[in-house]
Amino acid sequence: METKEIEKKKEIKEKKPLEKVCIICAKGSLEDVYATLVMANGAVMEGIETNVFFTFFGLDGITKKSMNHLHTATTGNPAMRMPGGLPFPTMLGGLPGVETAVSSMMRKQMEALDMPPVDEFLEMITAGGGEIYACKLAIDMFKLEKEDLSDEVSDIITIGEFYEMCDGDRTQIIFT
Amino acid sequence: MEVKTIAGAQVNVSDDGYLEDMSQWNEDIAKEIANEIGIELTDQHFDVLNYLREKTEAGEALTIRKVGKSGVVDIKGLYKLFPKGPLKFSSKIAGIPKPTSCV
Repeated sequence: METKEIEKKKEIKEKKPLEKVCIICAKGSLEDVYATLVMANGAVMEGIETNVFFTFFGLDGITKKSMNHLHTATTGNPAMRMPGGLPFPTMLGGLPGVETAVSSMMRKQMEALDMPPVDEFLEMITAGGGEIYACKLAIDMFKLEKEDLSDEVSDIITIGEFYEMCDGDRTQIIFT
Repeated sequence: MEVKTIAGAQVNVSDDGYLEDMSQWNEDIAKEIANEIGIELTDQHFDVLNYLREKTEAGEALTIRKVGKSGVVDIKGLYKLFPKGPLKFSSKIAGIPKPTSCV
């Protein structure tokens, strides 16, 4: 009787943990890139094999020139609030400099929570063994070169090659 | 919460196996928990563990970024010392609560 119970307990405990995550980032706003980075870094910290694929505007998140100056949209973003919590008027969001100011404020708030700037975040991910890739098609489209990208980017690959890395039955693909 | 005997000492641990009271910790307990995870502790490990305990005692929330900037070890080194669980395993071995940070 007792052994049976112990076995039952063991059965419940034996979960099938995630072994690999493949994250695709196709958008270049501050929150989209950070969502990708937080999930990727979180996976690496949990000992999960991690591959990240940046494509289209997501490339801004790994392009040296833009990665540490990402913006959050102040127009067309209904969740945007004023510091006091009041709704953020769309007209205000369209004024020159507002998006830059709001974005830099957001970056400061994230820094206070120990969220690193993008370049450092990428380093943290690769330090733990995570791999960062850029999409070949998007690189060609935006006329970028490997030198334009963060040194943490391992390679420029096609989506087909990325899918090849997503094998395994405990693998999840996440699209942000 | 349950009481567990680790390295001959009775300690309170959480469901995940983290020590509930960091003052019950000692080096032998650390060695045994590390053993269970599959890590053999060196002086370098203990430098990290002591740093984590100090910061926890001071009430600071820990992130791997903070540890990486501490001067004790860089992030790459931290992953080398505690593979597949730089903050989770190190916290468990250091006898401090499970980390609550996402970075």
